[in-house]
This record gives sequence, C-alpha cells and structure tokens, in this order.
Amino acid sequence: MIETLIFLIFAGLALASALVVVLHRNAVYSTMSLVVTLISLAVLFVLLGAPFIAALQVLIYTGAIVVLFLFVVMLLNVGREEIGEQRGLVQKGAAVLGAAVLLVVVGLTYMEGYGGAELAPLDEELVSLPGLAAELFGRYLLTFELVGLLLLVAVIAATVLAARPRPAVPAEGDVLAEAPEGREPGADDGGLAEPAGTPGGAV
Amino acid sequence: MVPIAWYLLLAALLFAIGTAGALTRRNGITIFLSIELMLNSVNLTLVAYSRLLDDRTGQLVVFFVLAVAAAEAAVGLALFIAVYRHRRTIDLDRVNLLRW
Repeated sequence: MIETLIFLIFAGLALASALVVVLHRNAVYSTMSLVVTLISLAVLFVLLGAPFIAALQVLIYTGAIVVLFLFVVMLLNVGREEIGEQRGLVQKGAAVLGAAVLLVVVGLTYMEGYGGAELAPLDEELVSLPGLAAELFGRYLLTFELVGLLLLVAVIAATVLAARPRPAVPAEGDVLAEAPEGREPGADDGGLAEPAGTPGGAV
Repeated sequence: MVPIAWYLLLAALLFAIGTAGALTRRNGITIFLSIELMLNSVNLTLVAYSRLLDDRTGQLVVFFVLAVAAAEAAVGLALFIAVYRHRRTIDLDRVNLLRW
C-alpha cells in the first residue's frame, strides 16, 4: 500500500519534471529539473531493490554529471534559447508523432517481455551489496577495467577539446629561437618566473 | 506490491519524452539533457527487469551505463565548449555542417 503510494508520487514527479526538462526554454531550469527526475528515479531504484544503483545515481548523475552540465550552461551563458526562427510546426508535430509511435512500440515490447509474470517477494540475495561486488570484480572484471580506461580517455579528450587554443603560430619560430637565451637567467627557479602557457607573450 | 508493468510503462513514457525533446529542441545543451533522460529511462527498465527476473546482471549493466554516461557527458560538453569558441552559438540549427 505505502509502496504503491511512494511509486505513484515519485513516478508522477519524474514524469512532470521530465516534461519540464524538455519544454522549458531556459537551460538552467531544464538542468535543475533533470535533477528532480534523477532523484525520483533513484527512489524507484530503491523500491526495486537496487539501493547501490540508487546511491550511484545520486552521487554520479546528480552530483557530478548535472553539475558539469550546469557549469557549462553558465560558462557559455546559453541560459535562454534565442527567440527567433522557430522550428516549423510540421517538424514539431512529426517529432511528437514519432515519439508517440516509439512509445507504443517500446511499450508493447516491454509488455511482451514482461509476460504478466507474478512478482516474487524481494530477495535478500538480490539486494546484497557483497553479491553485487563479487560479480562486478569477478565475471565483469575486464569490463570494469575497460570502463576505467574509457573514463581516462574521456578525461584526456575533454581536456584537449576544451583547452584554450594555442596563440598564433607565426610567433612560434621567434620564441623557439629566443627562448633558450631568455630563460637562462631564470633557470634556477625552474622556469616558474615565466608563465608556461603563453609562448607568444615572450616576444 | 507495485506491478513491474507500471515501471516499464513509466520508462517507456520517459523514453518517449526524451525522444521528443531531442528531436524538437535547438539548444544543444537541452538536446543533451534529453538524451540523458533517455539513458535513465533505459536504466529504469534494466533495474525493473533485474527485479522481475531476480537477476543482478541488470544492475551491473546500469553501473556500466552510468560510467559511460559520465564519459559521454564530459566529452560532449567539452565539444560544446569548443564549438561555442568558434561559432559563438550552440544552436544546433546553425551548427549543422555535419547534419544530414
């Protein structure tokens, strides 16, 4: 009874905030309402006997990913979608129609896979964290390591992509020719005296 | 006890909302948010089936999806910053060189 109530509250909350994410013109509001969706889903994960996934959802999604989104939204100052040439009504209608068709197809597929099976009472084995960890570091160890590698590659890629581009190339020759002499006096302090990121500034 | 079908229906609805958002919005960030929404609806499906089948594999897949989503968000947002630096906009109707 109380479980049904909790489900209804948070399912409604998730749906409403998902609509706000998609419909609101201001990207900051969209991002903040994605937080509500994600936390509601975390509650549903707990109901489904996955407290660890729920904790990860709160920590990783709302704690890290959404903060990153918010940071970029504010950094680029794209709070508001520029008013102006709107997408045509035809395109919007087509998108909504496509989403509706997708909903029906996905829903039917889910229902078929579900097959109306009776739900067994929550098994302690399913909820237990040691069991999950044993499987994660046993059968899925290679996947786990690969995901770690993927995250490393992503960090490097993000750093390279978002780094400020180097100053114009023409100054490079002069700097290369001059730098050894220019740096000689300051060699003792390990090059700290000169800002390392601005080779163009030395000219 | 809440039937699993309700969770599946909720997940399908969230996925459809995310799809509609990704197809109609012009702001790159909002499209990205819609995609995160779709990812999460799939996570809900996986956890729901893991509960129904009494099998942990669904939860483990969600774990990996979370990690990959984090990587994707980092790279994607860095791309947006790089695009913004060149074009002064992330309106995807104007950054459309690679779009069909």
